[in-house]
Amino acid sequence: MQALYSAPETLIRTPSHYCPGCGHGIAHRLLAEIIDELGIRGKTIGLAPVGCSVLAYNYLDIDMCEAAHGRPPAIATGIKRVHPDNIVFTYQGDGDLAAIGMAEIVHAASRAENITVIFINNAIYGMTNGQLAPTTLLNQRTTTTPEGRDPLTHGYPIRICELLATLEGASFLARTSLSSPKDVSQTKEALKKGFKTQIEKKGFSLIEVLSPCPVYWRMSPVESLKFIEEKMTQTFPLGVFKDWEKTVSAPGGQATKV
Amino acid sequence: MKSSNNKKHLLTGNEAAAEAAILAGCRHYYGYPITPQNELINHMSIRMPQVGGTFLQAESEIAAIYMAYGGAAAGARVMTSSSGPGISLMQEGISYLAGSELPCVIVNVQRGGPGLGDISPSQADYFQAVKGGGHGDYHNIVLAPASAQEIADLVYDAFDLADRYRNPVMILGDAQLGQMMEPVEFRKTPRTHQTVKRWALTGAEGRARNIVKSFYPVKGELETFNIRLQRKYRAVEQEEVRYEEVNTQGAEIILVAYGTCARICKEAIRRASGTGLQIGLLRPITLWPFPKEPLRRLAKKARAFCVVEMSAGQMVEDVRLAVLDRCPVHFYGRMGGGVPSSREILKKVLNILAPEGTLELEIPEIPTELGKGLYFSTIP
Repeated sequence: MQALYSAPETLIRTPSHYCPGCGHGIAHRLLAEIIDELGIRGKTIGLAPVGCSVLAYNYLDIDMCEAAHGRPPAIATGIKRVHPDNIVFTYQGDGDLAAIGMAEIVHAASRAENITVIFINNAIYGMTNGQLAPTTLLNQRTTTTPEGRDPLTHGYPIRICELLATLEGASFLARTSLSSPKDVSQTKEALKKGFKTQIEKKGFSLIEVLSPCPVYWRMSPVESLKFIEEKMTQTFPLGVFKDWEKTVSAPGGQATKV
Repeated sequence: MKSSNNKKHLLTGNEAAAEAAILAGCRHYYGYPITPQNELINHMSIRMPQVGGTFLQAESEIAAIYMAYGGAAAGARVMTSSSGPGISLMQEGISYLAGSELPCVIVNVQRGGPGLGDISPSQADYFQAVKGGGHGDYHNIVLAPASAQEIADLVYDAFDLADRYRNPVMILGDAQLGQMMEPVEFRKTPRTHQTVKRWALTGAEGRARNIVKSFYPVKGELETFNIRLQRKYRAVEQEEVRYEEVNTQGAEIILVAYGTCARICKEAIRRASGTGLQIGLLRPITLWPFPKEPLRRLAKKARAFCVVEMSAGQMVEDVRLAVLDRCPVHFYGRMGGGVPSSREILKKVLNILAPEGTLELEIPEIPTELGKGLYFSTIP
């Protein structure tokens, strides 16, 4: 009998520490599948920083490095400059990448650092009990915006893909979602493209993945997927913002539909 | 410049540090401009491409220390450098380096503080270098050179120590040492010992995966790890203490000073020679581990210690901890970019020996243009 579907080799079989309905598990699995399919398990080095996914090394059977909050692009730079032929990726949340680590991500992109960034945007700080994130939607309730995000007090959500699209050094930028099987498969394609960008030494790639956090959104897992489709994508439109192969480039951040 | 020339070069201490790092096999340098260490970053920007290495000007000292962290995790010999305010920014990363047991050489060319302070020589970063500086129970190995030549010599050793103990090593200089030009002779063959780093991140091909981390969330794990770290620190204290003694035999009063201040103390000792004053010097070369034992030994014979620092009194705490109440410990310090002169130090010594002012001494003059506290005796 032929096996049509099995767990990826790179994925370690171990109980998950993530909450029910969380998107990290799906993203981890996609990563493991891609690493298997590209045959790069032996030369891939991953970075997981402070946040819910700090324990990503428990799930991926590759060399991995923990990172301080916000610093994965700097650490990845140091690793990549020592091992330019290895594949180096960072796996960062929205607080990590778009708040405390904003300087590091912008400068890594501007240097065209040949790394791949997986940016999990769930519009909330999950690990610390659901505080305001730089990507929290307007009016969204969090533990530190109990009345909802008011732009006059807390500012507006930051659109990372649109922001980085203004930089010449960014080669591939895409925003995808984990809200439906179709979106999951598009996410996988985008992630694969990110790794391909690095393998072909085309410079900086970032894939922003809209991901559910039902526990801190105070929703059921099903409602959280609906929230991504109906609300999050209004603020964060899906699409490819930069593609070195298609010279899709949208300075100022107009998304081009795939 | 060609590193292999076995002759003397006239270099600033900052350049000597950069060149010695290259000779020690460092091929990855990350830094950010700040006075008074700019000669170091500038020299690296020229030399690293010549030797096939990486020079990168980071977007901040925070990024610089984490780029160095990445290079160290990848198994390379890495260096970064800065001065007080920049080192303050690096402290989180230095704690992570210690927590992840990564070897890294960090040069701190101290300037006056607190805050923006000024760019004059200072030794007010002793606490943040020696006492941990960042969060958690950890130690840097801290080396305190007193000349451009010694900067070069200690930089070689810093890389070896970092690798041997998998620990950050800080070279603690100051604006004076960093920017003053002096003759430097580089070792023809640097006696450095590169170790095999089986723990490094290289891709897990053909072996079990490696993980570089400082996170121990399971109850008990972190304490176990901390106990192991402390054992390592005790081993460093056993093996790596370095110091220099000058004229301590029969000395009534022992000066204790490091770096620039130690050189001025030597000048003071020279000026007092023949006057009947018996002054000695203990110069710590390693600030951590601190030379406690030699101080305890000297405390049995000396009448008093006098610690001289360009600070409000930081190392003096460690001297007092070392000798406890066996011997009085006095202090003379200048702050905020002030540099003590040998005359000031001798006056302090006289005051310690005869507080009522009954002891007077004819202190021989030194040339006036060199006499404003910036005159150094040559280091042997």
